[in-house]
Amino acid sequence: MESTALSVDGVTMQFNLAKENVDNLKEYVIRKIKRQLNYEKFCALRDISFTLEKGDSLAIIGKNGSGKSTLLKVISGIIRPTAGSVTVNGSIAPLIELGAGFDQDLTARENVFLNGAVLGYDKKFMREKYDEIIDFAELWDFVDVPVKNFSTGMAARLGFSIATIITPEILIVDEILAVGDHDFQVKCENKMSEMLSRGATLLFVSHSEEKVKQLCRRALWLDHGRARMLGSADEVCDAYLQA
Amino acid sequence: MSAYLKKFIQYRGLLSQLVSKDIKTKYRRSMLGYLWSVLNPLMMMMILTVVFSTVFRNDIPNFPVYFLTGQLIFNAFSEATNTAMSSVISNSALIKKVYFPKYILPVSKAGAAFVNFVLSLIALVVVLALTKTSISWAILLLPLPLLYLLLISTGVGLFLSALAVRFRDIVHLYGVVLTALMYLTPIFYPITILPDAARQIVSFNPIFHILEMFRCVVMYRTVPSLKANLVCMGFSIIALCVGMLTFKKNQDQFILYL
Repeated sequence: MESTALSVDGVTMQFNLAKENVDNLKEYVIRKIKRQLNYEKFCALRDISFTLEKGDSLAIIGKNGSGKSTLLKVISGIIRPTAGSVTVNGSIAPLIELGAGFDQDLTARENVFLNGAVLGYDKKFMREKYDEIIDFAELWDFVDVPVKNFSTGMAARLGFSIATIITPEILIVDEILAVGDHDFQVKCENKMSEMLSRGATLLFVSHSEEKVKQLCRRALWLDHGRARMLGSADEVCDAYLQA
Repeated sequence: MSAYLKKFIQYRGLLSQLVSKDIKTKYRRSMLGYLWSVLNPLMMMMILTVVFSTVFRNDIPNFPVYFLTGQLIFNAFSEATNTAMSSVISNSALIKKVYFPKYILPVSKAGAAFVNFVLSLIALVVVLALTKTSISWAILLLPLPLLYLLLISTGVGLFLSALAVRFRDIVHLYGVVLTALMYLTPIFYPITILPDAARQIVSFNPIFHILEMFRCVVMYRTVPSLKANLVCMGFSIIALCVGMLTFKKNQDQFILYL
């Protein structure tokens, strides 16, 4: 049994910051001929390395545009890093954008199965868990309503319920609990704490210093794509606030 | 390789979910629903039969069946490739937020178009019955041309969807290509009216070969030759290989252009 849940090794992410997006053929050919195809490079992440033990919790803090979400996307496999590697041992539940896979024209019931499939769960498993999902989301009155008629909070509730239906080994949470009313936020936090107590590893992005200190043991401070500080949550938070 | 297979097995549920979603939403809110898959080709065939038996005289025996077979095959290919082409672009929100094998998107579109096509074969059954066309055991080989059609449209769909992300012009250009391809397919004319040079060009059109085989088993009551099968198989393999390679090579870049 390995004790590392996640190791991020020298991850660098570079985007072509095309000033005018060259996405048509004519433009591409003209620029190729004129040799103007040099894009401005933008480094969203520079040489980030850290490891997370099983059961550990890490908060990622930093200003807007410092690369927090990019890092989470690299870890959950949505984007492939330009350099470096990410090794994950175990299942990941990315709570990055809740309900991203919802089809607006389908009903809540149909979306539960569709979203479950997007996350890679099979139909039989989803059928078993269906009641539990709707229970947690408190949406029994709306199961046959198309999702386009849902409020943002309702859709987020459904998304959270689906994404947390398994107890994942690694939970990735990106500032999502800002939607939903107070009661539901508390419910989500309780569920997350429960998962942590069962040994899940947490990766958490938030601007709320209070929640970071409450949920996480360690913290990583990103500044313009560089790791500025990595240490215990209290220390890093305090340094971040003073900067 | 086994890792790919494992991924595919894990996500095959997603593939079937997406296919059934497409079929469900296609006719949602229309009163006749799935019936449109049958009615649409039937009505088109009626119009064209009237046009071609009065305005442009032709001497194709059993024109309704001749035209309907051509139209069904070509429309299936056109719908599959067209929807597959824009599948990655239109699902950009999903690709940016969740990890899943991206090829599922164009493949599911090709699959949905194929299911729709199989449904519209009911129209063919109706017309075969109305025109009292006799069929033979050869019809049991019907799955062959259908399989080739599915493979070729999946391959072309993969290829187009990967290119369209990089160059959006493809979306507009492909409409023209499809029109050219339609005239290069003997949907409403017999191949014999073409001069030799044109016939040479048509022989590079994979849809022509599939259509020939389809008509073979449905109307001409003959078993398709080994050569015809090899030609269709060759086209299928080339389309799939080119499609998969292009897609695999480009898929990591998608997120930068969406």
